Amino acid sequence: MTMHEPSLPKEWELVVGLEVHVELATKTKLFCGCENKFSHIPNTLICPTCVGLPGSLPVMNEKAVEFAMRLGRALGCEIHPSVMARKNYFYPDMAKDFQTTQYDQPTNADGQLALADGTVVGIERAHIEEDAGKTTHVGGGGRINDATYSLVDYNRAGVPLVEIVSRPDIRTVEHAKAYVSELRDILLAIEVSDAKMEEGSMRVDANVSVRPTGSDELRTRCELKNINSVRSLGRAIEYEARRHVDLYTNGEAPRQETRHWDEEGGRSTAGRSKEDADDYRYFQEPDLVPLAPTSEQIAEIDASMPVLPAARRARLGERSSVADEVIVTVVERGQDGLALGAIEAGADADKVLTRIQNDLAVDDWSAVTSESLAMLIQMETGGELTATQAKQVLGEMAAGEHGGDPKAIAAAHGFEAMESDELETLVDQLIVDHPDEWSRFVGGDDGDRKKMQGFFTGQIMKATKGQADGRAVAQLLGQKSAG
Amino acid sequence: MEWSGAVSLGAMTQRITRDEVVHVARLARLSLSDAEIDEFTGQLGDILEHAADIEALDVGDVEPTSHPLPMVNVLRPDELRPALDRDLLLSQAPAAEDGQFRVPPILGEEP
Repeated sequence: MTMHEPSLPKEWELVVGLEVHVELATKTKLFCGCENKFSHIPNTLICPTCVGLPGSLPVMNEKAVEFAMRLGRALGCEIHPSVMARKNYFYPDMAKDFQTTQYDQPTNADGQLALADGTVVGIERAHIEEDAGKTTHVGGGGRINDATYSLVDYNRAGVPLVEIVSRPDIRTVEHAKAYVSELRDILLAIEVSDAKMEEGSMRVDANVSVRPTGSDELRTRCELKNINSVRSLGRAIEYEARRHVDLYTNGEAPRQETRHWDEEGGRSTAGRSKEDADDYRYFQEPDLVPLAPTSEQIAEIDASMPVLPAARRARLGERSSVADEVIVTVVERGQDGLALGAIEAGADADKVLTRIQNDLAVDDWSAVTSESLAMLIQMETGGELTATQAKQVLGEMAAGEHGGDPKAIAAAHGFEAMESDELETLVDQLIVDHPDEWSRFVGGDDGDRKKMQGFFTGQIMKATKGQADGRAVAQLLGQKSAG
Repeated sequence: MEWSGAVSLGAMTQRITRDEVVHVARLARLSLSDAEIDEFTGQLGDILEHAADIEALDVGDVEPTSHPLPMVNVLRPDELRPALDRDLLLSQAPAAEDGQFRVPPILGEEP
């Protein structure tokens, strides 16, 4: 997790809290039976409820509540009885002029999220709310400030969201990025959202402030919006923290406000001022009765919880000695079950993991089973296949050739272990045929030796149609030159 | 809890000030004349006065009744229902364009 992180001057410490909005993958919206999906044709997924027509009434989607609680439990939250609230504001993305959300009684509170390196970030709450519609500004270059009018599409209005609010526990840009990756992995593991930042089904706002290193005060924060990727999150936080440090250094101070991240320009610009915008006049939603999850429901959710990414990483970590990054990648791609099965079937753990990380397609590897992978790795460790051949066989296994059977694929290519005396005979013959090259290998400098090793290996590969094991060749050449 | 920062039940002499009424009116995008501001300051004060009477009672043992019915967990199954006809809906709007609702500029407007 170190990378090149241009850090703040050491007198200053970064303080970040993240607010992540996640669209839940239900079939229908939160309060009505309209389809919850993306559509390019505006206002086709709407009904009287989600366009706020008078007389319409909301009814809560049970799946959305279940998904929200599932997410809460995955984040170690307590589940509480809750009521919905109206957050009043004037902006045409909600036709009702309020957003139905949870305020002082959220469903999930007081959890935590452990990052891959063991850092724990507190979760203040994870509450249920509805998404807003989409506005398009016309005229003035499409910017809201200069538009002559706006167009509104309510397809997204009422889509169920969970907003996950972290505590301001994040101290580095890398941790902020790791938090988002970990959260995404959890969302995918518990199957409540497709969690795609680029497509907006996972949206991250960052509350950024700085403070003198060693102090525990919380200074004025700015909320950064419009962050569309993990990379963009890192850049935005870094820019904003530096802006704050510069202001303090000049004897000024930042203003509490919402700021817009401009990815192309690499800077943030001021939006509305926060004090003013926060007067949302929340009150309890009279059209919805409270949610009171029973202990049976919570127990059921806990019982159905899959093994989460952190535990999955630990499971592989205990069985292997590869670098953490390898395990992180394999778990992220969801290939850890495959790896675990192959390891349990007797294949060398480190080889299994590195082979998967390096050579198994990210997209489609469904034809590869734990058993076939274990067999392949055992063929490789047993000398039946060279590393290059193993890589090729795995590719064909993933493509489903010969029923994904590594033995059949290897046989079809004529890959078979070369007896070592057969290899030795070949090497001896080559030495006789190429005396000049051989003397350069034996007596030359390092560069010569390397070049000639390449030459002899190439000759052997040519003679064996690539079936010789490169390491065995190198070993033989070494022995011959020494003896 | 800050249901409304503007209204404090604690003020004994004047339940709500003229400035607070102006603030709340602005948040609700209501344009009030001076006479109306005076009128509503009085009326809202009377309502808050009534609330203060109740505030004087000890209601520690009484359950809050934000919802008068003893019901919880009224949920519906996650099942699709037909959408509304777009053209019909847009025909009810003051202005529409390209299948969308057309609204006046969003920023810059004040009541």
